[in-house]
Amino acid sequence: MAQSLGRLRESPSQTAGPYVHIGLTPNFCGIGGVYPTDLGTTMVNDKTKGERIGLSIRVLDGTGTPLKDALIEIWQADADGLYNSPAELRGAADPNFLGWGRCPTDMDTGLCTFETIKPGRVPSSDGRLMAPHITLWIVARGINLGLHTRLYFSDEEKANAGDAILARIEHRVRVPTLIAERQGDTYVFDIHLQGEKETVFFDS
Amino acid sequence: MPAKSGSNRRPETGAFFQRDRTWHPPALTPNYKTSVLRSPQKAPLSFDNTLSEIAGPVFGHAMLGELDADLIHNFARPGESAIGERIIVYGRVLDERGVGVPGALLEFWQANAGGRYRHKKDGYLAPLDPNFGGCGRAISGEDGGYAFRTVKPGPYPWPNGPNDWRPSHIHFSVFGHGFAQRLITQMYFEGDPLIWQCPIVRGIPDKAAIETLIATLDMQVTIPFDARAYKFDVVLRGRRSSLFENRLEGN
Repeated sequence: MAQSLGRLRESPSQTAGPYVHIGLTPNFCGIGGVYPTDLGTTMVNDKTKGERIGLSIRVLDGTGTPLKDALIEIWQADADGLYNSPAELRGAADPNFLGWGRCPTDMDTGLCTFETIKPGRVPSSDGRLMAPHITLWIVARGINLGLHTRLYFSDEEKANAGDAILARIEHRVRVPTLIAERQGDTYVFDIHLQGEKETVFFDS
Repeated sequence: MPAKSGSNRRPETGAFFQRDRTWHPPALTPNYKTSVLRSPQKAPLSFDNTLSEIAGPVFGHAMLGELDADLIHNFARPGESAIGERIIVYGRVLDERGVGVPGALLEFWQANAGGRYRHKKDGYLAPLDPNFGGCGRAISGEDGGYAFRTVKPGPYPWPNGPNDWRPSHIHFSVFGHGFAQRLITQMYFEGDPLIWQCPIVRGIPDKAAIETLIATLDMQVTIPFDARAYKFDVVLRGRRSSLFENRLEGN
């Protein structure tokens, strides 16, 4: 027998279930007084640098019905392409922008909206700049392991065409599943869990 | 100055270990019916982590309120407390290398002692406890350790099969240091026979994997005449050393 690597295994995931709001956005579901506000509801303030944008996101099941009990978290760089994170070694990110947001889907419409800024470009591991993007993580009842994907921007055609991650998508017909459509100052993005338009989810 | 990590350690910037998807429940677990129309069917796109996955937000201890880790009191009227079996849940957040993960935000939620959630979608006939909200949070210390106090949640029936019951469980949401470590899971209680009958639990293919979600009674940490204790460690994805990575300058 050779030496053991002595590794542990990642805790297996379990669904967030139908009551995820109690833990992650208690004020949203009527549990007031425990936390002053729900985490991740406000992403920008007056001093945050960058172009203000809205995101309007839905998560659709295999019948095309929007989920009304999902929760989405987003993670993005600041306007200069820097992450507000200890792992960011290229410089200091905008102190008025954490870059992380959390939003439960509306219990009637299924709509999830974020007020944020358009992120700058971040290099991929080979040093080339990726197109501006926002990382998404989706959990809900019926989703056994949180789903990772990205939102790219429809008005960044040139940058999208040179993006190292989008370039890896073998079936080019699926690339548009990651591109949000600009409507005024808002980007509209539908995440399809299944079907012909199934969103490209990540294993990264 | 880069953002503070809540730790004196040098920030790590290596990519995370590949996730073992055979260890997690697959997306489609037909006996858990809701997964049928909510499970992606196409192969996910694999690529080595970029900074977007390696970096992650940091939450400082300053955001915590005094009672955040005390579910017995954080929703209770002054001088009152939640009804149920008083327990302490403690453990460590580790990564797959066995290293403690400091500064990790943990958020918990659960049903009350009767198995009822404080949520408009829960219509179970067990009553609400006016002194129990069901949420709490903590940030792990330098060694990855965390603890909170609560009442043991009750099991409850749920609409799946005609007579399916969830075992007693506490939901955990955990942030590590990178967004790719983000994890939600559930903690079960040692000795509960409902664990092995639950369609959500049984979505996990490997019995050994299920056992890592079962908290152990720890009489040594139990507080006499007050609360029993359960130990529950959470393991997040490990990460490579960036020492030998061939990365471009300033990247």
